Amino acid sequence: MKPSDPGITWLEEKPLGLTERLYLPLFLQGLTTTARHMVSPKVTVNFPEQRPAVGNPLIYRGVHRLNRDDEGRVKCVACFLCATACPAHCIDIVATESPWPDREKYPESFQIDELRCIFCGMCEEACPVDAIELTSLLDLTGKSREEMIFDKEKLLSVYDMTKDAEPMKSASLGGTL
Amino acid sequence: MTAYLPSLETIAALVKIGLLVGGLMTAAAYLVLLERWIAAWVQDRRGPNRVGIPLTKIRLFGLGQPLADGLKIILKEDFTPKHVDKVLYNAAPLVILAASLAIFAAIPFGSVLPPLNIPGLPDPVPFLVAPGLDVGVLWVFALSSIAVYGVLLGGWASNNKYGFLGGLRSSAQLVAYEIPLGLGLLGVVLAAGSLKLDAIMNAQAQSGVWYAFAQPLGFLVFMVASFAEAARLPFDLPEAEQELVGGYHTEYSGIKLLLFLVSEFLHMITAAFLIVIMFLGGWHLWGVTGAGQEVTWAGALLRFGVLSAKILAVIVFFMLVRWSWPRFRFDQLMSLAWKVMLPLGLANLVTVAAVEEFRPQLVAALGESWATCAAIAAPWAVFFVGWIASGILTPSGTDNRPILTHGPLDIEHELLHGTSEHELAGTR
Repeated sequence: MKPSDPGITWLEEKPLGLTERLYLPLFLQGLTTTARHMVSPKVTVNFPEQRPAVGNPLIYRGVHRLNRDDEGRVKCVACFLCATACPAHCIDIVATESPWPDREKYPESFQIDELRCIFCGMCEEACPVDAIELTSLLDLTGKSREEMIFDKEKLLSVYDMTKDAEPMKSASLGGTL
Repeated sequence: MTAYLPSLETIAALVKIGLLVGGLMTAAAYLVLLERWIAAWVQDRRGPNRVGIPLTKIRLFGLGQPLADGLKIILKEDFTPKHVDKVLYNAAPLVILAASLAIFAAIPFGSVLPPLNIPGLPDPVPFLVAPGLDVGVLWVFALSSIAVYGVLLGGWASNNKYGFLGGLRSSAQLVAYEIPLGLGLLGVVLAAGSLKLDAIMNAQAQSGVWYAFAQPLGFLVFMVASFAEAARLPFDLPEAEQELVGGYHTEYSGIKLLLFLVSEFLHMITAAFLIVIMFLGGWHLWGVTGAGQEVTWAGALLRFGVLSAKILAVIVFFMLVRWSWPRFRFDQLMSLAWKVMLPLGLANLVTVAAVEEFRPQLVAALGESWATCAAIAAPWAVFFVGWIASGILTPSGTDNRPILTHGPLDIEHELLHGTSEHELAGTR
């Protein structure tokens, strides 16, 4: 954009008026703001006892889960689209032939390194069968690096834990089921 | 065998020193907590509220935090870089702490105790370590200058650019602001007729008119200058984190850093003490504390409480100002000191001197009560005139940003059509 672009309005800084040059009125104004904030309601919470409010769980990007279908099987078809889309290369899938007739492959192993993940949500975007989703769980902790590599069972258990509070996103967002 | 027995007065002084140093150190630790709380509340946060009694689950709103903070900083590694001047580097924190503690020898922290009737101890016992010191105010100012020496030493001995810049800024700032500080003080000394701080408080209690009302301009000048002397925002250039890392204590860690930080808080406490004692009536509160020298135990404690409450209020004001005002630029700092505060301080001094000189004539002409009113009205008139004059003249509003005669539009014109007609473009 050039400086002479009609979209740019060039402004001059206004000269100070007498009230501003007298300084103390502005100071009192600032002090009032400070004092008002001192007694206003707090925006932070006492964390472990109180949980912070998660805005919209549909768009919140917390811990991953692997969804199950109606029969309780993992929905993933091991297409590797999430692993390809992942900018942090934190998804590791080992595919094998599916024992079920409705798909060709399924993941024998499905690992997400939660320490490497940047929670960008690309895996969720890429998944063609809405198998991988990000929940609104926000306190992800562990005592070792190994513990933070979530395998298939762990990810499925995250689904079992959160499915009642957070139904699968795809339906409410108008996606495939 | 004759053992040397210290006199009762010495013992009384030692007891007072013990109480004062213990009280000040605790106060400094808890002021750190208060500072963190106020910082949090102003920013809509909750602040430290976890640490309570150690080894229990009792939280007490975080009142155990100073203990945790202190332990943490004492147990940290005390690292001395190789490139420092060892002797001065180690001396600086000691100098600054010793000076900031010694100041309190001349500062009264209450009124007087009721007669104890102990033989050998002159009654009444004042709340003051060195009651006989006739030059109390001079002592305070001399020692606060020594404390500046500690800052300078710390910055210089660190052999570090940031430390050096911090020390340099600090010396320029403190030299500049000692003059308005002294001028604000002179007005009070003229009116009270004494250099003793307890006598200044007694004078305000006797007349019932605090010097903040009788000398508003002096109060303003002294207040601003003591903010600068305590290096609190908006005058905290010596340790402006964004520019200088830590300023003069960049190279310090562990317990030496603790000494610097404690003495910074002691400076703030000193400034609050001086403001309260010299301008806000000290222990005096109308209709509550009385004004005489004869007190009961309850009265003595009440006066101590009133003084402490006023000091706490001033300190809370210090902390609120920190979050209300942005830091001055260095040239603004200097022009505020030399072009605004110095003339205003002089105007205050002249007014007070004139009022004190002509008070007998005023009393003779108008009667006692009208003379007091006139003696209060005249400084207020000077206050408003001086304030508005400094606003209109804006000596501190100088803007030394480069004046651009060569704006972005000219640059675009040049790029499109070759060199423009502005041959001298870009100069002022």
